[in-house]
Amino acid sequence: MSPDSDDRNALSWFFTGMRGLLSLPALILLTSIVGFSAFALESGLTRAEAVFMSLAIWALPAQVILVGSMAGGANIAACFLAVTLSSIRMMPMVASVVPEMRTRRTPIWLLLILSHFIAITSWVFAITTLRNVPREYRAIYFAGFGVTLTLTGTLVVGVFYDIVSGFPPVVAGILFFLTPVYFNASIWVSAHQPVVKIAFVMGMILGPTLALVTPQFDVLCAGVGGGTVAYLIDRARRKRKRVGQEGRR
Amino acid sequence: MIAEYWTFIVIAVAGFLATDIWRWLGVFTGNRLNEDSEALYWVRAVATSLVMAVTAKLIVFPNGTLAGTPLWLRVGAAGIGFAVFLATGRKVGIGVAVPMALLVAGLWWIGF
Repeated sequence: MSPDSDDRNALSWFFTGMRGLLSLPALILLTSIVGFSAFALESGLTRAEAVFMSLAIWALPAQVILVGSMAGGANIAACFLAVTLSSIRMMPMVASVVPEMRTRRTPIWLLLILSHFIAITSWVFAITTLRNVPREYRAIYFAGFGVTLTLTGTLVVGVFYDIVSGFPPVVAGILFFLTPVYFNASIWVSAHQPVVKIAFVMGMILGPTLALVTPQFDVLCAGVGGGTVAYLIDRARRKRKRVGQEGRR
Repeated sequence: MIAEYWTFIVIAVAGFLATDIWRWLGVFTGNRLNEDSEALYWVRAVATSLVMAVTAKLIVFPNGTLAGTPLWLRVGAAGIGFAVFLATGRKVGIGVAVPMALLVAGLWWIGF
């Protein structure tokens, strides 16, 4: 194959990835980003700050936590701690996609750049569609989707920033409700292992409960505590299953 | 000068760096971390619990306009919507549309 047709192929996979922008999860994400820009405005962020935040972080929960911490007057170290704790999940998310996305020749710098575009929506996109793409075009295919989604999402923040302020306040509130219900559904759908579903329920119960008990460390306690309990329940379940299988033998 | 750009510095350090170090660590470990390792099970469970705690708090203790709406309505809309989502084959579109419709209908009904 000539290098020329190789380039055309790569470009066409990039555009195929871009077309994922018209999928339902991407459209829901873009709408819930409208809710985020309303939240940013209500919390006193300028348009430039909100746009910069979308591009620099590209993870809605982290953005919501950072805006909330900043609005609450937390210092930079406390903001860093709160955000970094919520972003720990990025590590297993990225780690589970990378082996599927790379070839033996994919340079690490490219993977480091592409990892920035992995968030819940693009992660679900990657684990469900990458296997249908020839391995050598997976990175460019994901770049087509991930980069386009991030840039479009950031554009939405910039454009809707003051459009939302012209809406009746209840509209911004209703749009903001999109974010949690979207996370509920999409995280449950992407949970292939029972441990993730148990952890889902633990976090759901412990988050609001601990917010009443320890408002400052609620998310950390709910994450580490609920996650560890979920892990132990799942480990006991797996052990029982193994014992059961051996017993039958 | 610094005061003018302080918010951007906070976003770059407490936002970008705080998030992307985990993405970078994910790239470096992606090849070595076994999909079935016990450590990954635990990390996944903690990560999911953390995100869901944040999500549940957005419903129970929201910011802005939603804070003035009744708690039963938000929890009811999200809960019933999630039940419908589970009962109808787990389509993300339904999981979003049903709670949103319930919230809007509820707000209209109580005359919010």
